[in-house]
Amino acid sequence: MTTKKEIKNSPKETIEITGSEAMIRSLVAEGVETIFGYPGGAIMPIYDALYDFGHHVKHVLVRHEQGAVHAAQGYARVSGKVGVCFATSGPGATNLITGIADAMIDSTPLVCVTGQVTSGLLGTDAFQESDVIGISMPVTKWNYQITSPDEIPEAIAKAFYIASTGRPGPVLLDITKDAQFGKLQFAYEKCTKIRSYVPEFPTDKKHLKKAADLINSAQKPYLIYGQGILLSGAEKELLSFIEKTGIPAASTLLGISALDSDHPLNMGMLGMHGNYAPNIKTNECDVLIAIGMRFDDRVTGSISTYAKQAKVIHIEIDPAEIDKNIKTEVAILGDAKHTLRLLTTLLEEKKHTEWVNEFLVARNKEEEKVIVHDLNPSKPGMTMGEVVRLSTNLTDNKAVIVTDVGQNQMAAARYARFSQSRSWVTSGGLGTMGFGLPAAIGAKFGAPEKEVILFAGDGGIQMTVQELGTISQEKLPVKMVVLNNDFLGMVRQWQELFFEKRYSFTEITSPDFVKLADAYGIPAATVSERKNLEAAMKTMIDAKGPYLLEVKIEQEDNIFPMVPAGASVSGCILGTDEM
Amino acid sequence: MKQEYIISAYSENHIGLLNRITIIFTRRKVNIESLTVSESALAGISKFTIVVNEEKGKVINIVKQIEKLIEVLKAFYHTNEEMIFQEIALYKVPTQALMESDQIEKMIRSHNARILEITKEYTVIEKTGHKEETQALFDGLNQFGVLQFIRSGRIAITRSPIEKLSEFLRERDALFSKLEAKEK
Ligand SMILES: Cc1ncc(C[n+]2csc(CCOP(=O)(O)OP(=O)(O)O)c2C)c(N)n1
Ligand SMILES: [Mg+2]
Repeated sequence: MTTKKEIKNSPKETIEITGSEAMIRSLVAEGVETIFGYPGGAIMPIYDALYDFGHHVKHVLVRHEQGAVHAAQGYARVSGKVGVCFATSGPGATNLITGIADAMIDSTPLVCVTGQVTSGLLGTDAFQESDVIGISMPVTKWNYQITSPDEIPEAIAKAFYIASTGRPGPVLLDITKDAQFGKLQFAYEKCTKIRSYVPEFPTDKKHLKKAADLINSAQKPYLIYGQGILLSGAEKELLSFIEKTGIPAASTLLGISALDSDHPLNMGMLGMHGNYAPNIKTNECDVLIAIGMRFDDRVTGSISTYAKQAKVIHIEIDPAEIDKNIKTEVAILGDAKHTLRLLTTLLEEKKHTEWVNEFLVARNKEEEKVIVHDLNPSKPGMTMGEVVRLSTNLTDNKAVIVTDVGQNQMAAARYARFSQSRSWVTSGGLGTMGFGLPAAIGAKFGAPEKEVILFAGDGGIQMTVQELGTISQEKLPVKMVVLNNDFLGMVRQWQELFFEKRYSFTEITSPDFVKLADAYGIPAATVSERKNLEAAMKTMIDAKGPYLLEVKIEQEDNIFPMVPAGASVSGCILGTDEM
Repeated sequence: MKQEYIISAYSENHIGLLNRITIIFTRRKVNIESLTVSESALAGISKFTIVVNEEKGKVINIVKQIEKLIEVLKAFYHTNEEMIFQEIALYKVPTQALMESDQIEKMIRSHNARILEITKEYTVIEKTGHKEETQALFDGLNQFGVLQFIRSGRIAITRSPIEKLSEFLRERDALFSKLEAKEK
């Protein structure tokens, strides 16, 4: 329930309003349509102002602030816009931290607004005072404490500019209660420049030429890309690049969906549980072109044996990533879209047929040893792979797939198929269990026209399962699949492979998920036999509202291929027999 | 190989910058040997001078992380040889000791130190120099009992003829105009 206050569109004119109202008007001026949040004492004035502007901006009441920040992340990932969340001071603010850290490491643009005690009480251990600026400093791209109402418009403008430009990231604004109550002369102007901050550097033509020469003379060039493609909107440029040059390409976990899964040059995913060919070919190519990715250790395996034979070209927006993990032959600073466009014009048209065939041979090996068994299992127990693949088959590879963390995540990354950009949402760098359910809520608000399907483990879903309440209150048509193996599966897998099967605290019980969903008024079903899977999945997809489907999975299945921790990418193994 | 490096960073004079910079070191478990912060030649711009004993690769990584901070304009790193640097030290000795022999006076002369204040009880001596030099005077004076001793963090200046920052600010202006031109 809200009242209606109109915003007149004359930004130049100043009006006298409260800090709280200025906050909401500033957000509206930045094009914010959805806010995920939770009220409390120190942010009450802002919530009071929100009451008047429900027709301009939608507020989604979550069940825990961690839910708010993950939802904002899911929203940002699918929409390309800045995700926004609100929390009160003290516990409200500290509950945001996990999500902020997640957004920081995965370069997700967020603006988080936290209430703070009145400025006169700062530093006195006042009720619900916590040093959120200090706590969030290492996990934000920028943060700022607003203690006076007239700082509000400028701080918000800066926050959006910083969060969304260059390498995106989370920004936190902490606003004292007196700054919310106080009055100011309000006018809004967007931020377009900060003298101490260069979001991106102009492309260095010399480096571009050097890279082009390397690529043109390469016999076995290989392109690996990350989320940078999605963040800069370079999907088309990536496609033109590979189609012109005939270079095979593989993606990091976060780069998934930037290139159609069915494209003949899309070789799949890199990394610890990535595909076999992309991993082993890293150590066989002669030129490695890395775009919008950061050579995370889950991608590289052991650094000292990574792509030593190759000349590495790194196209990256963040100067701090250049030569951080992998030494480059040529580094081109800049945004992926612009750089790729310039680079492609300098490249020769080619087909690397034999080289691409080598990838296909390796792919066949994985197909025979792993994929066939995951997708057409001979055992009665269901695999995560078959469940995931069925869901994307039934949605024409068009659904937004959101995951939690663990085996469910890796199965989804390996077996979901994508035809549309920004349709993959997962927690990469931080690997945050509990991310999935709230991120799926955000994703649905960010892409309401798309089917949003969550895959979560029985462990991870229980970390933020209270967000079923949000789904229920919003009647949000999110489709949730719980892949239940009665284990903290990924940890159990490691215990099996590296800790002599000593299953220390990885057996986990779950509530009756159907009853739980029912308690929230959400329709649900459970499937334990393959013969019922397809019908159950169809029912879920056809449901007009939210739906939860629990699928009982073979308990002790493992995710393969695998590059064991500390091993080389060429030591990627396809099963336990290779250990 | 670990060796001494001097990191200089120029930033906006904003609250919290010191914390933002030091946590970059803490996170990598790098000890800060000395640190000074003060206003630079340009009003509103602070200069941080930080001394570490580290490997070059780590120093480069730290400098890039410092530069990544929104409010930092520019960060550099240098070896000791590339910079002219000084520290200042203050020593408090009993005036009695100064009166009883000419040794302290000789020491002050030979170390190029000077006396800042003399009272009945104590004398305050000041010396600028490298750490070895201020330490040598300390060791000398301590034969007579140093009552209090304090050494500042390092300040340093490059051997190049112009201040790096003004050079840098010119470059940055050019960069922004180039970026604006690209947008049009
Ligand atoms: C917040 C958090 N705590 C612990 C972990 C460590 N961890 C990674 S995967 C995993 C098991 C996940 O179990 P489940 O959710 O059932 O998924 P499964 O692997 O069985 O698919 C754990 C405990 C984590 N990633 N995040
Ligand atoms: Mg599980």
